[in-house]
Amino acid sequence: MEQVRAFDLRAIPLRDVNSALHAPDLSGEFVISHPDGAHSVAVGMDAAVKVTVDGHVGYYAAGMNQQAEIVINGNAGTGVAENMMSGSVWVKGDASQSAGASAHGGVLVVEGNAAARCGISMKGIDIVIGGNVGHMSAFMAQAGRLVIRGDAGEALGDSIYEARIYVRGEVASLGADCIAKEMTREHHQELEHLLKAAGFEGDDTSTYTRYGSARSLYHFHVDNAGSY
Amino acid sequence: MSHTTDDRARLGLRESATFDRQTIAAIHRAAETGIYDIRGWGAKRALPHFDDLLFLGASMSRYPLEGYRERCDTDVVLGDRHAKHPLHLDIPVTIAGMSFGALSGPAKEALGRGASEVGTSTTTGDGGMTPEERGQSKYLVYQYLPSRYGMNPDDLRKADAIEVVLGQGAKPGGGGMLLGQKISPRVAGMRTLPEGIDQRSACRHPDWTGPDDLTIKINELREITDWEKPIYVKVGATRTYYDVKLAVHAGADVVVVDGMQGGTAATQEVFIEHVGIPTLAAVPEAVRALQELDVHRDVQLIVSGGIRTGADVAKAIALGADAVAIGTAALIALGDNHPRHESEYRKLSSAAGFFDDFQDGTDPAGISTQDPELAARFDPLEGGRRLANYLRVLTMEAQTIARACGKGHVLHLEPEDLVAVTIEAAAMARVPLAGTDWIPGRT
Repeated sequence: MEQVRAFDLRAIPLRDVNSALHAPDLSGEFVISHPDGAHSVAVGMDAAVKVTVDGHVGYYAAGMNQQAEIVINGNAGTGVAENMMSGSVWVKGDASQSAGASAHGGVLVVEGNAAARCGISMKGIDIVIGGNVGHMSAFMAQAGRLVIRGDAGEALGDSIYEARIYVRGEVASLGADCIAKEMTREHHQELEHLLKAAGFEGDDTSTYTRYGSARSLYHFHVDNAGSY
Repeated sequence: MSHTTDDRARLGLRESATFDRQTIAAIHRAAETGIYDIRGWGAKRALPHFDDLLFLGASMSRYPLEGYRERCDTDVVLGDRHAKHPLHLDIPVTIAGMSFGALSGPAKEALGRGASEVGTSTTTGDGGMTPEERGQSKYLVYQYLPSRYGMNPDDLRKADAIEVVLGQGAKPGGGGMLLGQKISPRVAGMRTLPEGIDQRSACRHPDWTGPDDLTIKINELREITDWEKPIYVKVGATRTYYDVKLAVHAGADVVVVDGMQGGTAATQEVFIEHVGIPTLAAVPEAVRALQELDVHRDVQLIVSGGIRTGADVAKAIALGADAVAIGTAALIALGDNHPRHESEYRKLSSAAGFFDDFQDGTDPAGISTQDPELAARFDPLEGGRRLANYLRVLTMEAQTIARACGKGHVLHLEPEDLVAVTIEAAAMARVPLAGTDWIPGRT
């Protein structure tokens, strides 16, 4: 069994921690303690290792993650898992705005709520939010899936491209070109799979509504001028 | 039969200065289509520019350098404030960010070839980095844009510098657009978008707003790349003094200021011509900000927007820039708007010297297109040679002026070497009106 390597951010500078996590041929398991809201914790990972962060983190935790499995035992600040490519990021608490922004792949799970702009500009990531999301979530979302077990704030999916959104609760309002869509067997299966992977397998998928693009704003046209 | 100017004068026809023929045509176009005009290029209106400045060559009170004997160096170091690996360029002329998507693959390759041949950098654009571009570019600056199209950490690590783009001179405050004609399967794949749609790029970054956030974002980029890469911050010229100060406070190693003459691949005409300030007005504002923070020359300043000649290069540097970037001029050097395409430009209702419909993807020169047949017309080897030649000429011209002013390095040029020929230019550039010691607003 590989040894767990521990970093105490009260004793070791963040630079040294991230540098150690960028070492070539990295393997094993790592625990980062006392993050105390530090920004850029465990960013730029590119190894199939497990990193556990015990505490609250600031901006961009696990940013641009590749391969790593990162667990945050606390809340996460702005832009958690931004531009993630692969791997997983699991936030046990709440996440601030822009969670999973522009991420291309991997899985982001937030057990609590996520604030505004969750999944903004997402490009292939799967995001599962245990609670509610704030306004402008999935703005210009291009690809990937966003599952919201609670409610969504205003302007959900504004100017959305090909991402899929599943919401169990209420949606305050839909953004431009975002519409409710039929839940086919494929979508139920997809949602069930996503929920199971995030540890929410008890949910009844028939209580969810799927949202996506009406594709009416895909081309600039004078008749659409009022929609932008 | 059309009238000549003489005919019109003889007939007493008078054109309105307010409603001239271009204005009338624009109103007709708007009335017919119901939508604003989108085009490429930068501001075409006449603006105070570097042409309005002149150098004071050495004579009795200054000592010139021998043109063909004494050295006048041109190298520049960019990004040595925090980065482990700053860029050491041989010339102070760089290639501005232009996307694969806006430009064809061979055109991007040619930009890399030409820049590398003379030891300078080129820059990616919206949509990410292509292997051809990386492969042919000795120094490649990777743009980090609001859309994050094609953005990935592997390419970030492959870059020689990272440019956080807040805006560009042609459209400060505006996002990007790439019309469906240019969203080829490859472009769509790189940007994770459906093929053929009219693509929008966001005008704000998705995960930060304001200078305090930018500080944290820059720190994240440094952490991800282990503090190796210089971080540039690019702004379109508007409130330049404040923007440059905030960029420095946020941790930028290099600030790029793009004036309103800077080019675009596709933007609304009204935006291009009516938002932003001229490059000439922006440079002294940027330099003032850097000087007040005591970081002038420590945080390098790259100026772009309407740089055409070695005189422009020298004037920008004399006003305080460390380097310049060229975009439109680089495309012209590759062959854009060349008279050899005249007949084809006419088929597109344009003409050599006027063509600016980069958004349409129908460029006969094969530069601003994703049409495989048009792109195949463009030879990246020949394009690269032409660009390298042009860059050499810009450099030699700047050296010629610097030597005449007695400078052993082009970066030794200073505002004291300049005068202005118009009151507007004197006020903007903060150099005296020629033949006087008058700097409007200052002396």
